[in-house]
Amino acid sequence: MFDRQHSPLWQLVISRVRLFLREPAALFWVYGFPILMMAALGTAFRDNPQETITVDLVGIPVESPVHQALAKDQRFKVVESAIADSTKRLQYGKTDLIVQADPQSADRPQFWEEPRRTESRLARYAVEAAIGRQQQSDTAIYEVQHLSTAGSRYIDFLLPGMLGMGLMGGGMWGVGFLVVDLRVRRLLKRFLATPMRQRDFLMSIMISRMVFSIIDILVLIAFGYFAFGVRSQGSTWQLLIVVLLGAVSFSGIGLLIASRARTLETVSGLMNLIILPMWVLSGVFFSSERFPEAMQPVINLLPLTALNQMLRGIMLEGATITSCWKQATLLTVYAVVTFTVALRIFRWK
Amino acid sequence: MPLAIECRQLVKRYDGKPPVEAVRGLDLQVEQGECFGLLGPNGAGKTTTMEILEGLLDATSGEVKVLGYHWGQHDHDIRERIGISLQETKLDEKLTIKETLTLFRSFYRTGITPDEAIRRVSLEEKTNARIGKLSGGQMQRLAIACAIVGDPQLLFLDEPSTGLDPQSRRQLWEVIKNFRATGRTVLLTTHYMDEAERLCDRVAVVDHGQIIALGTPQELIARLGGEHLIDFSLSDDSPALQGDELLQLPSARSVRRTDATYNLAVETPHLALPALLNFLESTNRSLAHLTTRHATLEDVFVSLTGRNLDEATDV
Repeated sequence: MFDRQHSPLWQLVISRVRLFLREPAALFWVYGFPILMMAALGTAFRDNPQETITVDLVGIPVESPVHQALAKDQRFKVVESAIADSTKRLQYGKTDLIVQADPQSADRPQFWEEPRRTESRLARYAVEAAIGRQQQSDTAIYEVQHLSTAGSRYIDFLLPGMLGMGLMGGGMWGVGFLVVDLRVRRLLKRFLATPMRQRDFLMSIMISRMVFSIIDILVLIAFGYFAFGVRSQGSTWQLLIVVLLGAVSFSGIGLLIASRARTLETVSGLMNLIILPMWVLSGVFFSSERFPEAMQPVINLLPLTALNQMLRGIMLEGATITSCWKQATLLTVYAVVTFTVALRIFRWK
Repeated sequence: MPLAIECRQLVKRYDGKPPVEAVRGLDLQVEQGECFGLLGPNGAGKTTTMEILEGLLDATSGEVKVLGYHWGQHDHDIRERIGISLQETKLDEKLTIKETLTLFRSFYRTGITPDEAIRRVSLEEKTNARIGKLSGGQMQRLAIACAIVGDPQLLFLDEPSTGLDPQSRRQLWEVIKNFRATGRTVLLTTHYMDEAERLCDRVAVVDHGQIIALGTPQELIARLGGEHLIDFSLSDDSPALQGDELLQLPSARSVRRTDATYNLAVETPHLALPALLNFLESTNRSLAHLTTRHATLEDVFVSLTGRNLDEATDV
């Protein structure tokens, strides 16, 4: 029978779990923080199907065709205003477009738009079309069908990115910081002075990391499902395997960073150096394809990019690990290389 | 039976500019069953020596055998048989004493139960207390419990009582004495002379990375020439004394002066003391203060190095 009392691996793992559960602040940062972030982003960028277009009218008489065309269209919210106020409102995004009467030609008003805001440009097209229809009543009105597949909202895009970010942070901080902390506290040395096998020690860190990562992922997925109705299109088992692969790869990177660092400051600096660029580049909050073509080869070699692509592939498109074999291979290479190098150069003494 | 510890011409050099030699050709033999003390000021090389013997540091050169095994060949066998307590290990504060000892126990093939270890260091009442809540003395006893839970043949204790209050020190000494009573070996470092005198069968005085004296505490004290010390100081208007004058006194063996106090080592106080008083009176000197006491290892250290133990922090 398995003797838990005398199994070093079991005792090491259970100690890690106990320590983790007894640190309420850490629990918040690991589980609470990503949820708050997702709740905030998911709410702020929710898609509103009945979105109204705010249009400021300056010097347009109520009885004019322009005013009437906009007023009878449900999509527009018409505000009558003075030009000074309206330009400010446009600047701050409170209105999408200004329609100003042109003293030279009564039925051709001027538009003010903010060209850098998509909403503003779209507002201009909509207003142009509405006025056009008013002037030429034979203009065809097209029937529009709405695409209602799940997985097309921002929150659907965001959730896999948050999972990837959680796996990266958990793996790197959870392993790297822990190891250096143990070294600083001389506990690593104390363990080394016992017959404890180094393999058991490293395995215990990995196993506890896997456990924490899976809980982390389950909490985020459950929150996404209950708060926003996010569902995965692909296989749950494949998703789990990708999650574990991500956790292992980032633990390996964390271990490599921690393998020689002597102080917490060093390891924190190195961590941030690696984590922060990936937060921006690897498509956590927005697609990494927004970066210029020339950067794509580099971005695609980052482990978080590969992980996010796989998570999104499975959750949004129902992809499989085999169809993402490039990313899977890349992550495996990261895991193998970092572990091998870390173990070779690890500073026990 | 092999020696508990045997090391020859141990050298540890730290690279740097300039390179530092923490240990410079140290020889040491510790018998099984004895309590051996490495004594010396901070920076003397005690901790470095300990860590080499514990297998935590590699020596630059020299031969080390622990319980008959060589480091580098039978590391696992040695680690199964030794227990150590390092200076300044910070155990996990959120684990309880029992949990910590269960963890350490799991590393050893054989050993005592965590509860037995707790009992031996008298921490029964704190069994389920978190480590963060313990006092300094309780922490040190826990460190020893972690060291003995694998039932070691040889126990290494690095500065076990540093920073403890007198009562905690005495409790700690009890724990160490009880461990010794089971026939095991203890090697400890300390810079407290009274600790070495209370606990150790033999003591090596270490200074600048070398052993400068070795023997039982009594032998070392006897080497001063006299087991008794007369400490005295003169009133401000008295002329200063020359050391030679005092050495003329009957049974006087050595003399030292720290600030205004003279320390005169003598063999037979009942001969030396009246003679000293006579001499002072005949030379028109008057006493401000006088005590007699037994010599301690502190006096040994001072007579060997010319420095006090507490101030001798230069490397």
